Amino acid sequence: MSGAPHSAAAAPRILLEARGIEIRFGGVVAADGIDLDVYEGENLAIIGPNGAGKTTFLNICTGYLRPLAGSVRFNAREITAQPPRTITRLGIARAFQIPQLFSDHTVLENMLLAAAVRQKRWNLLKPLAGIAERDEMIALLELVDCAQYKDKRAGDLPEGHRKLVDIAIALALKPQLLLMDEPTSGVASADKFEVMEILVAALAKAKVSSVFVEHDMDMVQRYANRVAVWSTGKIKRAGPPKEVLEDPEVIRTVIGV
Amino acid sequence: MAARLSLIALAILLALVPLFAVSSLTFLAIVYAKSLAVLGIILLLQAGQVSFGHGMFFATGAYTAAFLGRAMGGGGDLALLLVASVGTSLVLGLIVGLFVVRYRYIFFGMLNLAFSMVLYSILEKFFHLTGGSDGLRIRRPTLFGFGFDRGQFDLLLYYVMLVLALAGAYLVWRYLKSPLGQALKAIKTNETRLEYIGLSARSVLLVGYVISAVLCGIGGAGLGLIQGIATPEYTYWTRSSEFVFIAILGGVGHVAGALTGTFVYEAIRTYAAAFVADSWQLILGFVLLAIILKAPTGIVGVFETIAQRRAAARATPANALESANLESMK
Repeated sequence: MSGAPHSAAAAPRILLEARGIEIRFGGVVAADGIDLDVYEGENLAIIGPNGAGKTTFLNICTGYLRPLAGSVRFNAREITAQPPRTITRLGIARAFQIPQLFSDHTVLENMLLAAAVRQKRWNLLKPLAGIAERDEMIALLELVDCAQYKDKRAGDLPEGHRKLVDIAIALALKPQLLLMDEPTSGVASADKFEVMEILVAALAKAKVSSVFVEHDMDMVQRYANRVAVWSTGKIKRAGPPKEVLEDPEVIRTVIGV
Repeated sequence: MAARLSLIALAILLALVPLFAVSSLTFLAIVYAKSLAVLGIILLLQAGQVSFGHGMFFATGAYTAAFLGRAMGGGGDLALLLVASVGTSLVLGLIVGLFVVRYRYIFFGMLNLAFSMVLYSILEKFFHLTGGSDGLRIRRPTLFGFGFDRGQFDLLLYYVMLVLALAGAYLVWRYLKSPLGQALKAIKTNETRLEYIGLSARSVLLVGYVISAVLCGIGGAGLGLIQGIATPEYTYWTRSSEFVFIAILGGVGHVAGALTGTFVYEAIRTYAAAFVADSWQLILGFVLLAIILKAPTGIVGVFETIAQRRAAARATPANALESANLESMK
C-alpha cells in the first residue's frame, strides 16, 4: 500500500486492513477492488466526488453492508460481514453524516447508554442514570462543548450540536478506531476548525485512530496525516496531504478547479 | 418524595380494603390480575410496539394453573401454580418472541395476533384435553398445606394479587430505568444507533417481550384462579385488544397507567352495565375517543400535566403562563 504515514523508523502497526473490496448497487460500482490499510495513530482522510463510494466503504468496514468480494480485517482479525454490533464491540466506532441519536432520550442518557453497553452494565434493577461512568460522560460532553445541553432531549438540539453528540457517543465507546462521515458538515462554518481542533486533540489523547470522509480541503490539509482519494469505487491515490492535494490529476478530478 | 409517600399511602389503603369493603374484594382482585397483563402491554409500548396477541400468555397462565391443579389433585398449591405459570409463559414468550422480534409495528402486532389465534384454535378444538370452549375448571388450591374456605380464599387471593400487581409495577418501573429498559425505549427512536453502540435491537426487544409475556402469564393465572375457570376466551383477540385499550386509557407513558386504567375500565364495565344494561361498550367507546382526541397520554398523563402546571404556577406566574403556552402548542 502506498504512502504509509510517518516516514519515521519503526513501521506503524496496521489496525484495519481492507483487501479487494467489491460492491455494486444495480449498475453502479461503489467499490471496485479497494485495498486500504489504516495505521495505528493516524488520522486518515477520505476525499472524492459524490458517489465515489466513500460512505459505502465505511458501511462495509462496519458490517452494515456485505461486500461481494474482498475482506476486512481489524487487529488481524477477520470482520467481513460481521454485524455492526459485533464490530463496534471489537473497537470500531462510527459517527454518521446525519447524526444518529436516541432523540427521545436526553443528551446525557444517550452517552450513558453507550457507556453502559461498553461496560456491560446489565443489572435490570440498577438505573442508567446512576452508572459509574456518569462523570466520564459529562466530561466527554464538555470536551465537545455540549455539556450545557446534557439534560435536553437529544432530538431538540440544533443540527450542529447533534452532530457533536453523535461523535461523543462514538467516543464514549472508547474505540481503537473511529470512522467519521463528514464530521463537521452541519457545524457552523465559523466553528468548524475549532471543533476539529478539539476533536483531533481528543483523539490523540485517547489514542484513537480515525478515518474521516471530508469535502473541505482545508480541513484535510490541516488535520489528516494521510489522505486517500476515491473515484468511482477505486482509490486513485493515497499519501501525505501535501503531495496528494497538489497532484494535478487529483486537483482536476476531485477538487475540481 | 411526595410521590413516594402517596404511593405508600395508596398501598396501605388498598391493603386495608378488606376491612371496610369486603363486597368489592373480587372486583379489585380482577383489577390487579388484569393490570399485570396491561403492564406487559405498556412495557412493549415503550419500544413503540403494540401486541394484539398477548392474550396467548394470559391463557397460558390460566391453563397452566388448570392443568397443574388437576394433575396435583385437589387444586394443587397456589404458590406452585403461580410459579409454574411464570415458567410456561416465559418459555412460550421466548419461543414466540424469537419470531416476532424480527418484525415491527403492524407486522409485529398482526403476527402476535396470529399466534394467539392459533392457540385459541388449539384450545377450542382439542376438547378431550382442553375441555373445548367450556374450558377447564380451576379448583381452589391450598397454600403451603393450608386449606381455605371460599371467603378465606377470596381474601388470600386479594392480597396475593395486590402484592403481585404492586411488585410487578415497581419492578417494571425499575427495569425501564435500567440500561436495558432505556435501550428498549431507544428501539422506538433509533435502531441503527443501537446497533452502532454494540447492542442487538432484537435481543433488547426479546428481553422486554419475555418479561411482558411473564406478566401476562401471572395475570392470566390470577384471573383463572379468581374465576375458577380457564377458557379459550382468554386468548381470543378481543381479550388481547382489551389490554391495549386499557393501556391507552390508563396512559402508556407510565407503569401507573396499568393499575389506573384497569380500575377505571373495570369500574365502567361493571357499574355502567348495571345502569345502562347493554350499552357499556358504547360508553367505553366514547371514553376511548375522548382519551385519544383530548388526552393521548391517558389518565395518568392528565394527572401528570396537572401536577406539572401546579408546580410551574407555584414557581412564578410568568413561567406558568409560558408552560401553559407550550402545552397548548404541542
